[in-house]
Amino acid sequence: MPEPLIAAHQLVKRFGDFTAVDGIDVEVQPGEAFGFLGPNGAGKSSTMRMIACVSAATSGSLRLFGLDPATHGREIRGRIGVVPQLDTLDIELSVQENLWIYGRYFDLSRAECRRRATELLEFAQLTERADSVVDTLSGGMKRRLSIARSLINEPQLLLLDEPTTGLDPQARHVLWDRLYRLKQQGVTLVLTTHYMDEAEQLCDRLVVMDQGRIVAEGSPRSLIDRYATREVLELRFSAGTNDSFADALHGVGSRLEVLPDRILVYADDGEAALTETHHRGLQPESALVRRSSLEDVFLLLTGRSLVD
Amino acid sequence: MAVTMRRGNPAHGAVHVAAWYLATYRRLWKTNLLSSFVQPMLYLLGLGVGVGSLVDRNSSSTDLLGGASYVAYVAPGLLITTAMSLAAGESMWPIMGNLKWQRGFHGIAATPLEARDITWGHGLWIAARCAIAGAAVAVALACFPDTRSWGLVVTVAMAVLVGVAFAMPVAAFSINSEYDGAFAGIQRFVIIPLFLFGGAFYPLTQLPTVVQWLAKVAPLWHGVVVARAFTVGEVDWLATAGHTAYIALWIVAGTAVATRRLRRKLYP
Repeated sequence: MPEPLIAAHQLVKRFGDFTAVDGIDVEVQPGEAFGFLGPNGAGKSSTMRMIACVSAATSGSLRLFGLDPATHGREIRGRIGVVPQLDTLDIELSVQENLWIYGRYFDLSRAECRRRATELLEFAQLTERADSVVDTLSGGMKRRLSIARSLINEPQLLLLDEPTTGLDPQARHVLWDRLYRLKQQGVTLVLTTHYMDEAEQLCDRLVVMDQGRIVAEGSPRSLIDRYATREVLELRFSAGTNDSFADALHGVGSRLEVLPDRILVYADDGEAALTETHHRGLQPESALVRRSSLEDVFLLLTGRSLVD
Repeated sequence: MAVTMRRGNPAHGAVHVAAWYLATYRRLWKTNLLSSFVQPMLYLLGLGVGVGSLVDRNSSSTDLLGGASYVAYVAPGLLITTAMSLAAGESMWPIMGNLKWQRGFHGIAATPLEARDITWGHGLWIAARCAIAGAAVAVALACFPDTRSWGLVVTVAMAVLVGVAFAMPVAAFSINSEYDGAFAGIQRFVIIPLFLFGGAFYPLTQLPTVVQWLAKVAPLWHGVVVARAFTVGEVDWLATAGHTAYIALWIVAGTAVATRRLRRKLYP
């Protein structure tokens, strides 16, 4: 077993009386794609900021590359790349100027900054926009530039905080493709997300966070197998009446989840559950049988929907 | 390891941060330099020539100014107040913007650079801005016999020191400001009063004692007195050293507070 790139033990972050991160244990191995999944306020970003060495842990221990952020913050930051939740690009500068200037902060020579910028613009599919002012780029392009910029120091570890929040589906897929390539090149990825599909696409392993704690850990598939049934039947009744059907559906599946807009029936055989629903004389406005997903895992673990 | 790490040399990091400021500034420099040149020249013409023609007719006034013409007396004051306004302005909205709006400082904080590199880089950049704006005014002043003097070199140096001495405490204030409304207050209650009552246009002795002391707390008057000694007066080296040390104290204290506050903001 190689030394973990990230090793956190009983990591805590408090802001005054508020505990953002409440004693988490995490280990990330080199080459892994690791995710923190959770709703807003779960403590994902606070954890990421501690890993990025821009926020000191209140207690517990954290090591990156075997180094302590409290004493080796500069050195660690020199070896990681950070894509923050909010872009910190210089919007009035050109795309390539953003890369050149950022490279200097890592003490790269001007020539080296230019060489790497050319490569990274190619990678981020921004070569044709090299001279454009950042302000004129689309959201997806800005995000790709943020990623390109975070790679200027050829980091061994790339941290991405909500990398695709606010992007349209097309832009998300382009971004996922780029991240997947990085992973294939052996870059260790650590990302936070509240999108299940993103976690399923990108992460080898993830932890589900809720209220500052880790409530589950595993690969996306193993979490689904462990916490959800094979299939889910989604039923919609007319607006506002979902609650009144919950009793009538009792026993149809192994578990029921009543959401504001629909009822989820957990069952290994979704079609059979639907047939049983009809047998009981219930007429939902719509019914859908699907495979269970991480969202279902999350609902079970936290009793809350991810997007609320 | 691909990246050769520095041993945290702050001068090094400050230069990179100043280079970033420069890249951003390149898009605005023409209008910016023009305004920081035109404004003092307008004051100089309006006051120096207009008011000066009244002052110079009065022999007791001329004695009070140490025998200099009014335009020669007021020139170093105007050059240095230009640096003061420029430095203070550049240490308000741009600082808040880089913390709250464009978040440029957060981008830098994620690299091996840290708060100290940013504050030192800011100071370095302000020094460069004041040197350039001051030099432009000095060149114009050198064109006229009344204001032509080698003392203008010292005046530009004082403009740089006074500029940084204002920039750092104002930056420290801006770092902890939650909204930009407070900046108008700084302009109205600190910068403009100092411009009018800080010893740029007339000797401080013309003012009530309390106001004199208040004016002497700020670095402006100290810089103006030194510059004036070199352009139209007599140089007292001990006094020059004292005034310069006092300005330096503002720089050192301002930088220390700004760095401390910025570190708390960037690395909570």
